[in-house]
Amino acid sequence: MCSVWRILGRGALRDIVLVCLAVGVIGLSYGAIAVASGFPLWVPVLLGVLVVAASSEFLFIGIVAAGGSPIAALFAGLLINARHLPFGLAVPEVIGSGWRRYIGTHLMNDETVVFALAQQDLPRKRAAYWLCGLGILVCWPVGACLGGMAGALLDDTDALGLDAMFPAVILALILPALRDRKTRSAALAGSALALATTPLLPVGLPVLLALLGAAFAIERTREKEGTR
Amino acid sequence: MNSTPLNNTPLLVATMLALAAGTYAFRLAGPLLRSKVTFSPAVEKLMERVAVVLLTALVVTTALFEAREWAGFARPAGVLVGGVLAWRKAPFLVVVLGAATGAAVLRLLGVP
Repeated sequence: MCSVWRILGRGALRDIVLVCLAVGVIGLSYGAIAVASGFPLWVPVLLGVLVVAASSEFLFIGIVAAGGSPIAALFAGLLINARHLPFGLAVPEVIGSGWRRYIGTHLMNDETVVFALAQQDLPRKRAAYWLCGLGILVCWPVGACLGGMAGALLDDTDALGLDAMFPAVILALILPALRDRKTRSAALAGSALALATTPLLPVGLPVLLALLGAAFAIERTREKEGTR
Repeated sequence: MNSTPLNNTPLLVATMLALAAGTYAFRLAGPLLRSKVTFSPAVEKLMERVAVVLLTALVVTTALFEAREWAGFARPAGVLVGGVLAWRKAPFLVVVLGAATGAAVLRLLGVP
């Protein structure tokens, strides 16, 4: 663990702790909402430990609480989590091999992937991914548990602006990667496609459609290289 | 009273476990595939780009929408505050708190 401290340095360490705490606070509202919707406390906590993907858990809880079938909630949750497949293609060396792969895989989420991508070299990428992942694995279900016990007192974290934190965290961490022109044009095309389809398609699908934006950019670069 | 999904515990637990297993399978598929097949450096670079594209789309959609509904003005404005702060190379803590404060202040002023 000491080497993780040394590799990352104080700045990155503080950022990761901050994100884990923010995840814990969102966990408070998640637990509170789940219990206020009629679920026993163990439901959000168990999902928090086993799934560790906030948006799919909110969606699952929301659909079932609204009277929807748990099967529909399952498919909606899986759809929103399908983006982890391309994430895994992007950061396999960060996770490691052997037994580490099977544990590290469970730590894959938006925050850990974006922290890993934001670091310069492999040791730092690894340290950031694992530290952030383990932190979230603890903070998310603990937050859900505390929120569930505190009950409906905490269900309006929007008043504190916490809903703006998650997109801002990811945005801050991808900004350096967006300086690359090709990445930026692919990201813009993908985002435009996702935004245009969000009101029309099931939750989770528009973000996957953003992949088509990336595909567009590849074709163009390949043609360019071919004419050289 | 009918048995609602909320008190049909076996079905609820089965779907929760299936969600966990399916999510783990999605997460494992990438690293497994990459350990079996070797890709050219260009393709590896492309996969990193794809992850950034997905994350950007996630930022934009979660900033502007709550599920499929328009999220109001306060949230995207808060995210924009955070984005500008990050762009001006403000410390991460300032970025995150700036986004939350921006949205919270707007809501306090009655902006949805």
